[in-house]
Amino acid sequence: MWKWLHPYAKTERAYQLCLTLQPWFWVGALVCLSIGTVWGLAFAPQDYQQGDSFRIIYIHVPSAILSMGTYVAMAIAALVGMVWQWRTAYMSMIAMAPIGAVMTFIALFTGAAWGKPMWGAWWVWDARLTSELILLFLYMGVIALYGAFEDKQQAGKAAGVMALVGVVNIPIIHYSVEWWNTLHQGATISKFDNPSIAPEMLWPLLINLLGFAFFIGAVTTARLRNEIVLRELHRPWVQALATEKVSKQTSGSPNVNLKEGS
Amino acid sequence: MQFESFADFLNMGGYAFYVWLSFGVTFLAMGIIAIQSLSKHRALLKQVVVEKERKARIKKARQQQQDNT
Repeated sequence: MWKWLHPYAKTERAYQLCLTLQPWFWVGALVCLSIGTVWGLAFAPQDYQQGDSFRIIYIHVPSAILSMGTYVAMAIAALVGMVWQWRTAYMSMIAMAPIGAVMTFIALFTGAAWGKPMWGAWWVWDARLTSELILLFLYMGVIALYGAFEDKQQAGKAAGVMALVGVVNIPIIHYSVEWWNTLHQGATISKFDNPSIAPEMLWPLLINLLGFAFFIGAVTTARLRNEIVLRELHRPWVQALATEKVSKQTSGSPNVNLKEGS
Repeated sequence: MQFESFADFLNMGGYAFYVWLSFGVTFLAMGIIAIQSLSKHRALLKQVVVEKERKARIKKARQQQQDNT
């Protein structure tokens, strides 16, 4: 397995991998999200207590689950970077942070828009909500810390330590509804043996969960590609690739860039 | 279909504002990060080419200067 995995530590191989995976991720995200969202919004039955407002679940729960999942993936990348000194591991860590922050934001925002009609308040300082807000700050901290260093290997180490320390927040978020007496409702689908949701409501939720996962994969690979190009600016393979891509875009006038940035 | 009509669908059982606000903001946020991530790549590659051509020009100018002296 190590022999198979090791070439991807090289940036060029990692770039190629991103390139091949990306279209599949985008297509998967588009297909799953459209099916799941339309099914959830129009065809899933009404909740007997919450009426149609429960339909927010179809974006709230996937984004909340995956905000935590992305964080764990980011922390694993940080750990790999620290143990094996892979530069690509730190690059993928920082590629995941922004989309993780967006997922956390979506979970918080849709939670607020769901809480207003159901609880009568946009925000309460409840254990679940507060720990999820801390997760958003952790993501922002990782991004800010990474941006604060000129030397990106140092930046990766510092941000990686922060990402690893922040992992303690993940079980706190997950168990917050059990440990504390909160306003937030308990788990719905993680009890797989006996899920407390009707199957016709559950299916679109699972499809949307998959769609969000594809979307995160797509954005992560896109951002990892950017990070690789940015860090390997002077490598011959990046220069060759850039020349080829740019001349394809501006075919007919290859010297169009000559006047810029002299 | 759970709803009687399209207007009924838009009304979302009286929760229209909250439901559509959630879905709107979600897909807006996802769209922004997707477009930003993709367009950055193009800008970066362009920057690489500009930088490369600039270096080549500097090298050429230096060469000429050396030839003149």
